[in-house]
Amino acid sequence: MSATRHLTAGLTLATTTRVLRQLRHDHRTIAMMLVLPSLLLGLLYLLWRDVPTVPGQPDTFDRVGLTMLGVFPFVVMFLVTSIAMLRERTSGTLERLLTTPLSRLDLLLGYGLAFGLAAALQAIGTVTVATTLYDLDVAGSLWLVVLIAVVDAVLGVALGLLASAFARSEFQAVQLMPVVVLPHFFLCGLLVPREQMAGWLQAISDALPLTYAVEALREVGRSVEATGTMWTDVGIVSGAALLALALAAATLRRRTD
Amino acid sequence: MDAVTVTDLVVDRGKRRVLPGLTFAVPEGQVTGLLGPSGSGKSTLMRAIVGVQRVRSGTVDVLGHPAGSPALRSRVGYVTQAPSVYGDLTVRENARYFAALYGRGTGEADAAVADVGLREAAGQLVADLSGGQRGRASLACALVGAPEVLVLDEPTVGLDPVLRVELWDMFHALARAGTTLVVSSHVMDEAARCDRLLLLRDGALLADTTPAQLRSDGRSHDLEEAFLNVVRAREGVPA
Repeated sequence: MSATRHLTAGLTLATTTRVLRQLRHDHRTIAMMLVLPSLLLGLLYLLWRDVPTVPGQPDTFDRVGLTMLGVFPFVVMFLVTSIAMLRERTSGTLERLLTTPLSRLDLLLGYGLAFGLAAALQAIGTVTVATTLYDLDVAGSLWLVVLIAVVDAVLGVALGLLASAFARSEFQAVQLMPVVVLPHFFLCGLLVPREQMAGWLQAISDALPLTYAVEALREVGRSVEATGTMWTDVGIVSGAALLALALAAATLRRRTD
Repeated sequence: MDAVTVTDLVVDRGKRRVLPGLTFAVPEGQVTGLLGPSGSGKSTLMRAIVGVQRVRSGTVDVLGHPAGSPALRSRVGYVTQAPSVYGDLTVRENARYFAALYGRGTGEADAAVADVGLREAAGQLVADLSGGQRGRASLACALVGAPEVLVLDEPTVGLDPVLRVELWDMFHALARAGTTLVVSSHVMDEAARCDRLLLLRDGALLADTTPAQLRSDGRSHDLEEAFLNVVRAREGVPA
């Protein structure tokens, strides 16, 4: 049996629709997805509002706030998908799906599309609130910020799907979140500039995809036109997401004990 | 013709040998009952037939293909013992999703929901249904694909007697239309409703028979008692 049978667009879309329908019945999750990042960003805004800025240096909130626009969708989508996939495993629906014509990649792409779409809505909301209420300064196009946030979310989805293979219970799945997410966050260049990290930490930072998402956001933040570096970064993050999806497909075993 | 052929099937789960070497065939267009106490290997055997069970050795062929092959995935339906449907979707949404996976439309989905007697509950979330209704929602999601082979793991557990009879009538209607059904149960009074019987105990096949043959072999009209007599005769215990 081949690892990835031919992909069927119809089945991927049916799965996306199904996942979105499940979301639609869960009003509280929708509200949290759409509103929480804006609220948290507001907290950061208030935190730095009264701290005087060093002349000649960019405003701290502009730097941190912009980075967080990439971090939120990554974290939220990682958590949501790792739990959703675990529920597929424990409820028996995954085993059932694997006996239908749905291929494993159809299933995973279906999830990626559904949560990517949810992330787009989330990013549009957060970017709007950040640039109007919190005076976040972005030199480049806000649509590029949304695009990077969505790519980031898809990365979170892909890693969440992969991580769920290593969790037997929801307790374990929740604990995998800090294990995967925090190193990405610590080493992405927000807390300590990457140039100032020890060489080996920089090497790890180089290997973590969130680093490139953060770099892409900075590029949009400081230059009016989209830069080549930004597109390269977006490409790297997308590639990492696809790689994680392929690995997740490989961990989905049709036959189990 | 046989719809399912199992040859020398050996399955281990962990260190335990669950099926030590089974050989049998399931005839096409009939209701074959898989009967035995809980823990006898019924579910494992069913999982092997739908191709999700890792097997140690032996072969399982369904409609002429190895179990689980891509060619079979739109031709074999599987309903697990615990209802495997999405609790946070309505009955109708569940049926329509599985319909889409089998390449069927919303009309077929709604018909399958009606067939299992859930027409009135179609708009309810599965999580809000009773256990029996949830099981029927799960059944609808397999029926919607109009499979040639339908594997049902304890589909009537917890159902009220009227519904149980209705479901069994539906199984026979499907069989008359050419569907092969493999239905497991741990209650012997359901054995009487099957065309053929496979009696399983500790992973071994005690009998591959019919209800009438079992009654005659077990020298009792009561199938439960007949089954007991067959077991005792096998183990050399006087009845």
